[in-house]
Amino acid sequence: MIHTSELEAHERASALSRTSMIHIQDVYKSYGPRSKPKLVLDNVDLSIAPGELVTLVGPSGCGKSTLLKLVLGQELPDSGKLLIEANPAGLADKRRGIVFQQYSLYPHLSVIDNVALGKRLSLPLWQRIAERKQIREEAMFQLRNLGLEEAIGKLPHELSGGMRQRVAVAQSLIMSPKIILMDEPFGALDPGSREHTQIFLLELWEKYKMTVIFVTHDLEEAVFLGTRLVILSQYYSDDRDDDCRRGSRVIQDIALSSRALSTEVKSSPEFNAMIDHVREIGFKPKHRLHVKDFNLSHPNSFRTLPE
Amino acid sequence: MKNTRIPLFWGIHAQPGPLFARTLSCIPFIIAVALYGHFSAERLRVNSEDKILPSFSQMAKATYSMAFTKDRRTDDYLLRKDTVASLKRIVIGVSVAAVVGLWLGINMGVFRGMGAVFGAFFIFVSIIPPLAVLPILFMTFGVDELAKIMLIIIGGALAITRSMYLEVSKIPREQIIKACTLGASQMAIVYRIILPQMLPRLIDTIRIVLGASWLFLIAAEAMASTEGLGYRIYLMQRHFAMDVIIPYVLWLTFLGFVFDRALRWVLETFFRWYCETK
Repeated sequence: MIHTSELEAHERASALSRTSMIHIQDVYKSYGPRSKPKLVLDNVDLSIAPGELVTLVGPSGCGKSTLLKLVLGQELPDSGKLLIEANPAGLADKRRGIVFQQYSLYPHLSVIDNVALGKRLSLPLWQRIAERKQIREEAMFQLRNLGLEEAIGKLPHELSGGMRQRVAVAQSLIMSPKIILMDEPFGALDPGSREHTQIFLLELWEKYKMTVIFVTHDLEEAVFLGTRLVILSQYYSDDRDDDCRRGSRVIQDIALSSRALSTEVKSSPEFNAMIDHVREIGFKPKHRLHVKDFNLSHPNSFRTLPE
Repeated sequence: MKNTRIPLFWGIHAQPGPLFARTLSCIPFIIAVALYGHFSAERLRVNSEDKILPSFSQMAKATYSMAFTKDRRTDDYLLRKDTVASLKRIVIGVSVAAVVGLWLGINMGVFRGMGAVFGAFFIFVSIIPPLAVLPILFMTFGVDELAKIMLIIIGGALAITRSMYLEVSKIPREQIIKACTLGASQMAIVYRIILPQMLPRLIDTIRIVLGASWLFLIAAEAMASTEGLGYRIYLMQRHFAMDVIIPYVLWLTFLGFVFDRALRWVLETFFRWYCETK
């Protein structure tokens, strides 16, 4: 949706900032020495409504993990607005859960203790003792929910990769966060358990309707899981000077229609056409879209910079 | 036909079976003991008063008199007395060093502000050779127990602090961020996420530091003491009593071995996750 007037765009942005679960506006982030910083995120705008499952893809080095770290609060943006339910996002806290590709679990705790950890950490000692039965039951519920009953006493290193990621999801879910962030969570899994775990995630999302940002480099996964697909890319063209330092922007933001709890959809022609389309637009550095041609057709999409 | 079987002993592909490997490992011990016996007998044949390489029976006799007959002057069993004195010093010293080093190292590693202030300082002072400051300790704390224990504490705590500091920074940042999203306070992160994971690493560090601690102990006892294994060895040097010194050295080695095995047992029993993932 392209707005001709700058004023109108800002009004729309501020209206979105009041209703969205996650609101990212004019966010810049650069790394490296202060004398010669490398701009990674270049005026990123993204507004995510409650209950969306946003898959975020982009060529390597486009800063998709950086963007996720900002939403998580592991790092802060150089400038711009980052809101969670209209409040500043700040540093990592209970409002958002996270599942990393690895290191999400604590190696010294058994599966059930890993899952119960959130409840225990946030309670003072006496309450922890008073409610220990209830906490254990809650953890058991989460584990049953994810089909992990037989693993409760095991240590993380004794689990398969897929189970480990399921435990990591349970560990986050027990805090019932409104937002779950996932940074290539299934990237290290073999194809079989990967598909299995994807289905698990969709079932949980159907059940709890939490807001999810899912970073992946696998286009099939992105198109299969998401209700909304965002491509972040450093490869685009605009009318700025050639020596201007450019960073990544949202070059495509579209709604995905097909919602299925079955992997059969993966063999359908529309599904594969969509993957080809995304690959063509986002992953061919030669094929640079001009800023004016970005497909920002998702209803919540907005842009504050005039082209 | 070549290379159709994995060799038992020779070459980089060799895989000695468990029983065979154990047998092999005995060989150097047997050779060492046999060589000693040979040269000792040889020297004693030439000069029966020779003191450099006492025979096994001479050492056994000396050991018996140190361990199982009361010393006339002190009315005590000397080996027992020396062992108790030395163990007390090393256990107190290393324990205090462990607690201090663990606490300092964790705080410097977790709180980057603290690390920025003290990190370089501790890395610098940990390079000071502790034995070089022993005279200072004797002058400061007097020549009795405190100075000796302080030497072990200082030598151990600096090394442990440095090691813990470096180990904490190896804990993935993800774990700390994850704990924040689970509602952990800063104190909860330090004492419930970091500390439990540092304990096995502390035990491993102690195993390394113990070698140096024995050195400090013996050096301190040699210089100013009235009892202790190191004291006895240096005292016996004046009497040229190799028949006491060699058993004492073996006894020290055995004690060190037992310490190491005991700590390894603790690791394997209580920190299975650590042994299996490192």
